[in-house]
Amino acid sequence: MYREICSKYAPDKDNLICILHEIQNSHPQHYISEEAVQTVAEYLGVPANHIYGVLTFYTMYSTKPRGQNIIRLCESPPCYIKGSENILHKLMTLLDIEVGETTKDGCFTLELCACLGVCGNAPVMMINNDVYGDLTEEKVEEIIEKVRRG
Amino acid sequence: MAKTVNIWIDDKHLEVPDTMTIIEAADKHGIYIPRLCYHPDLPPTANCGVCVVELSSAPVPKRACCTPVAEGMKVVTNSKKLRAYRKTLVEMILSNHDVVCPTCAANNKCELQSLANNLGVEPDNLPSILHKEAVDDSSLSIIRDVNKCIACGRCVTVCNEVQTVYALTFADRGIDSHVDTAFSLGMANSPCVNCGQCTVYCPTGALRERSEIDAVWEAILDPEKHVIVQEAPSIRVSLGEEFGMPFGSVTPNKMYAALRKIGFDSVMDTNFTADLTIMEEGTECVAKLKAGEKRPLITSCSPGWIKFMETYYPDLADCVSTAKSPMSMFGTLSKTYYAQENNIDPAKIVSVAVMPCTAKKFEARRPEMRDSGFQDTDYVLTTRELIRMIKEAGIDFANIPDEEPDKGMSFYTGAGTIFGATGGVMEAAIRSAYFLVTETDLEDVEILAVRGLEGVKEATVNVPGFGDLRVAVAHGLSNARKVMDRVREGLATKGESPWHFIEIMACPGGCVGGGGQPYGNDIASRARRGQALYAEDRSLPVRLSHHNPEVKKVYERFLGEPNSKLALKLLHTHYFKRSVSTGQVTGEATHKH
Repeated sequence: MYREICSKYAPDKDNLICILHEIQNSHPQHYISEEAVQTVAEYLGVPANHIYGVLTFYTMYSTKPRGQNIIRLCESPPCYIKGSENILHKLMTLLDIEVGETTKDGCFTLELCACLGVCGNAPVMMINNDVYGDLTEEKVEEIIEKVRRG
Repeated sequence: MAKTVNIWIDDKHLEVPDTMTIIEAADKHGIYIPRLCYHPDLPPTANCGVCVVELSSAPVPKRACCTPVAEGMKVVTNSKKLRAYRKTLVEMILSNHDVVCPTCAANNKCELQSLANNLGVEPDNLPSILHKEAVDDSSLSIIRDVNKCIACGRCVTVCNEVQTVYALTFADRGIDSHVDTAFSLGMANSPCVNCGQCTVYCPTGALRERSEIDAVWEAILDPEKHVIVQEAPSIRVSLGEEFGMPFGSVTPNKMYAALRKIGFDSVMDTNFTADLTIMEEGTECVAKLKAGEKRPLITSCSPGWIKFMETYYPDLADCVSTAKSPMSMFGTLSKTYYAQENNIDPAKIVSVAVMPCTAKKFEARRPEMRDSGFQDTDYVLTTRELIRMIKEAGIDFANIPDEEPDKGMSFYTGAGTIFGATGGVMEAAIRSAYFLVTETDLEDVEILAVRGLEGVKEATVNVPGFGDLRVAVAHGLSNARKVMDRVREGLATKGESPWHFIEIMACPGGCVGGGGQPYGNDIASRARRGQALYAEDRSLPVRLSHHNPEVKKVYERFLGEPNSKLALKLLHTHYFKRSVSTGQVTGEATHKH
């Protein structure tokens, strides 16, 4: 599978980021495994340790299996000032997990991220590709329920 | 073309090439700028900020390590502001550092320790924010203690750029940024070849060898055990510097005396098996040359190089000499030939090697290194570990009277001793290969073209009866890559290697610059130790391995002749293929004879 994704791109190290994105997006657990890194390393001729450095540098990539839905709460200053910490505690209580963890049913993974570029609606979070702004504790509860129902 | 520019450092006028950085210009003219992450052998990483200087042209202080000089530049290296900056920086580093100096392997050699002391850093200025993490002790050779790491990046640079091993990397970002192996699998599950150059360049004790001092003392203090010790060529030119003797002092006889004082039962010398290696490898080389072999013969003494070859060039494993390293030949013989000659039960023999090398610890524990019926070499001490043992035993090394080694496996020639310098094995091998082909000795035994610190050295030696022998010498694994890529290409395109015979040493400078050598092991000190070995070679009565009387004796009494059936069984080995991601064995690359 990883090899097939690689072969869509020229074996040029400039394509590393795109290949990693596609591998992660195509994995049901939204992550990049050791095996995937070995395959990409071999295909691009880039050492595995370099790829690991890239993977861990960017918060969008994960080296651990994650849930079906990934919540990314912004931890940048504007959201912080507007109360993102309360939102974080609400999420942690609601989901019964810490930051970086996945719910027991595998439905949600909770992560923090840098600015999402919509500070006008702070505090902000993303779930998968959707942005949710002007968050309140009540609103968070509704959103989570909605996403859980699918 | 570099232009010369005028700069002023602390009002001292200097004329320097415009390709230099401020710190290089200062170092060249003996002006010291405090620094931590910068090392003259490596490209600057500009991580620590300690080398800040004030420039008349810039509103804020600049890092001297990565700021190029410019015409008319005025540099101030010491001011109230700079002192405060540096102190704060070091305090912040210390607040995230496991400060356990008295028990640290780098105590008194630690660059952070001396910098903190020199800058007058106050204790307890900042509270500790250190979150203790597990030490990576997965490797047989190298321990990585992330709690002592200051993220200077030297190990990452040396591992990836100088050695092109690709074991260490920076992972995560910002305050979480740290040195790691891929997927935090540990050094043993990475392509690490155990060369230990990271331990040499680490400014603190975050990277160090796996110590075997306790196990060696235990064996020495056990009356049931017969403990035999061998020392690599480089050890005799590296001990003196640690005991106040001039750098590059040649001290084999003080070394023997100190080892005997420590309590080793039998003090021998690896140089003896270096000569023996030449007989085995030289015979192999001459056989290849006479057969018109198109594939080269490559030396096999350096265990870092061997694991590197198994990982990155297993397709060329058949080109690598099957001869074991001098250490492993000694280990095998200590439990066969030596045991037999001295009527000692080999089960009671503990064979200890003192090596300038961390990779030898891995080599000794390779499952195939058991041809004596036992683990051939039981323990490997680095030069640094032996120094600690000498100090623990309270030996005044500089003044200990000279002693001779025990007889049987200790006589060595000049050819054996130059094994420690890059090009030395090649030179020693040519001296004997010439004899094996022509049955006469070289008139001038010194082959200067293969000496020195150039990364890849090439030479052609005319051997009557054979013709031109083309040789190459590489030291440091990025240089090994250059040579191996050309061999691979030559074989693929022309069906022939550009060279007949190739020497490769994993460490820059050869073994004198090994990963187990005393701290402060920079390129300049490697060169001086190498020169000391060449000086010893000149001073020795016998300079050709094939004239070593103890080597002749081991063939007469035990092995028969070079590459005999018994020699192939005991003194030769075979190689594996390894994963480039994890360094683990994935299959055999060659078979045992």
